[in-house]
Amino acid sequence: MASNNIYDNFVTSITQWIHSGLYHLLPPVWALLVELTIIGLVFLVFYALVGLFLVYAERKVCAFMQNRVGPNRVGPYGIFQTIADFIKLLMKELVTIKNSDKLLFNLAPFIVIIASFMAIAAIPFAKGLHAIDFDIGILYVIAVSSLGVVGVLLAGWSSNNKYSLIGAMRSGAQIISYELSVGMSLLTIIILAGTMQFSEIVQGQQYGWFLFKGHIPAFIAFIVFLIASTAETNRGPFDLAEAESELTAGFHTEYSGIKFAFFFLAEYMNMFIVASIGATVFLGGWMPFHVWGWTGFNQVMDYIPPSIWYIGKTGFIIWLMMWFKWTFPRLRIDQLLNLEWKYLLPINLFNILLMAFIVLMGWHF
Amino acid sequence: MKEVIHTPVPSVEEEEYHINMGPQHPSTHGVLRLVVSLQGEIVKNLKPHCGYIHRGIEKMCEKDTYPQIIHLTDRMDYLSMHINNHAVCLLVENALQIEVPERVKYIRTIMDELCRIQSHQLWWASFGMDLGGLTCFFYGLRDREKILDIWEESTGARFLQSYYTPGGLMWDIHPDFQKKTKEFLKYFRKKIRDYEKILSGNVIFRERSRNIGLMTKEEAINYGVTGPSGRGSGFSCDVRKHHPYALYDKVEFKEILYQEGDTLARYMVRMDEMYESMHIIDQLIDNIPQGDFSAKMKAVIKLPAGEYYQRVESARGDLGLYCISDGNKTPYRLKFRTPSFSNLSVLDHISRDLKIADLVAIGGSLDLVIPDIDR
Repeated sequence: MASNNIYDNFVTSITQWIHSGLYHLLPPVWALLVELTIIGLVFLVFYALVGLFLVYAERKVCAFMQNRVGPNRVGPYGIFQTIADFIKLLMKELVTIKNSDKLLFNLAPFIVIIASFMAIAAIPFAKGLHAIDFDIGILYVIAVSSLGVVGVLLAGWSSNNKYSLIGAMRSGAQIISYELSVGMSLLTIIILAGTMQFSEIVQGQQYGWFLFKGHIPAFIAFIVFLIASTAETNRGPFDLAEAESELTAGFHTEYSGIKFAFFFLAEYMNMFIVASIGATVFLGGWMPFHVWGWTGFNQVMDYIPPSIWYIGKTGFIIWLMMWFKWTFPRLRIDQLLNLEWKYLLPINLFNILLMAFIVLMGWHF
Repeated sequence: MKEVIHTPVPSVEEEEYHINMGPQHPSTHGVLRLVVSLQGEIVKNLKPHCGYIHRGIEKMCEKDTYPQIIHLTDRMDYLSMHINNHAVCLLVENALQIEVPERVKYIRTIMDELCRIQSHQLWWASFGMDLGGLTCFFYGLRDREKILDIWEESTGARFLQSYYTPGGLMWDIHPDFQKKTKEFLKYFRKKIRDYEKILSGNVIFRERSRNIGLMTKEEAINYGVTGPSGRGSGFSCDVRKHHPYALYDKVEFKEILYQEGDTLARYMVRMDEMYESMHIIDQLIDNIPQGDFSAKMKAVIKLPAGEYYQRVESARGDLGLYCISDGNKTPYRLKFRTPSFSNLSVLDHISRDLKIADLVAIGGSLDLVIPDIDR
């Protein structure tokens, strides 16, 4: 059974058409520049839209979990509420704090947002729909997304506020620790997939997602990934860096206006990125749900466009993370580090061994 | 010869820094200021600075007649308003040897217990929020709203009601009061299971609260910690049992005691007290006798010269009223022994050498109401 997805060449043909058109009209250097600009603009718009939508989604989800209605005034069902909020944040005064380190203070939100921005580049949204298809895609995303902690640390340090500093230190300890678990749980799947390239990882899941292919160790890795990635994005129950009941607002206490919006957007984009990686690596990314041998069923599944599959899976993981946040109380910093170093890390190491053994023996599906 | 004074230079590990938690801080539930000395995240020392909401209620009482004083007591512990009112009423009634009608006693007892339930609901809501479980806050407030609705019908107000007067009540209960209260009990018996599921049974919550803020029975007595916070340490201090007033000697209820003395024990005491309060209301709600809603009182109430003391069990603990009267229509001096003030004093002792997150949890478990501290 070859790749028979009707949508397979859809994106590629569009991009090829634009590409050849541009090179036909312009000299190669200019064509390249124009292409880069288009990609940059597309990502900017995409970034803003996803961020705004996720903020809205979170507010609705938490409202329904808390017996509330949520935003319902601006636009139908309040869908323009986040846009209104964003405009408000744009117009707000940027408070500069006395005795703060001005350069680092202003730099920090940009580092946070650039880190999350760079990570999106490698994520495949459908077949052929990604900015860059690295052969070390997973490594790149992990490396880039962990840069964000630098911004958080700088924000806490330069604010000249003790609450911010405590929040930043907590965040540093937390993100660096949980980085390990995220990396190792992905490593488990890399052993199964045999590649770090996102496109090949997705292709490898054509007849069964890795969550099912790798059965026990893949399932453990998925759970570990969910916990660790929630912690890595500083979301509840691991939102110690913000911990509004203890540290007022943690590392971004002193930020206002658009700089605060950057942190806010970056938090949601980070959530989107880890959910995307989770969906791509464990749930097959844009790959439809296929069962080996059920040709009719597989063909029906193929009629659903890959981007819908991708959005559905990512949305499911995002919803899981929201569900955690609005249900659980917050952990304490020592419990948080205990969970990582005493439980998740040993489980992960053992899990990698198990996966390697299973792959060696050929016991996966 | 000049003497050289060696001041020890603190090493990095020993260095402490101070942060001001409050007067505006999410975890202090009001305008309480805690000056906390921290070493990293570990609380080394803690000084509560109160007085930010001091309104001089005790001084104002010296200028007010006894029925007027009732309105001020609402503003002390705004979550046990009926119980605070009850204390003043009992003080006057006991001083003047007035026997209030049986109906009044029933209604007062039911109102007091409803008050205790709603206070504990709000405490549960904010305690959950202190620990980061934001959903708890909405669950708690949702159910508290039902009690406020019941009160609104009978007393005309939702929050600061001043429903009791010396000798009886401001006016009679609403005809629907019994029906609505029974409906509420039925409703809340179901909803309190949600409370148990979302917080009591949660592993993160139990790990956060177990063995945190340990207070022995002796410490509770030494610091004068009463109410659910004291009973969590095994200190039997329920005024309703030891010095019964209203109908508490007639109804059957248990005094909840936990021996552990940690944050979880204080939490469990309050959860169980909600069940006990519902049990008390169950016994009374169908048997409210007919009769007057107030005893005959003189237009101007004057207490005979002398000293009086009245205790009631508020939702936070032992509320004491010490009154010196010189025979006038206003008291010569009125002193409130408010439970939150004593409960706050133990905070420094039990939160030392714990993390700042534990401090928030312990502060929440003591259930402080700031206007009750400052008066």
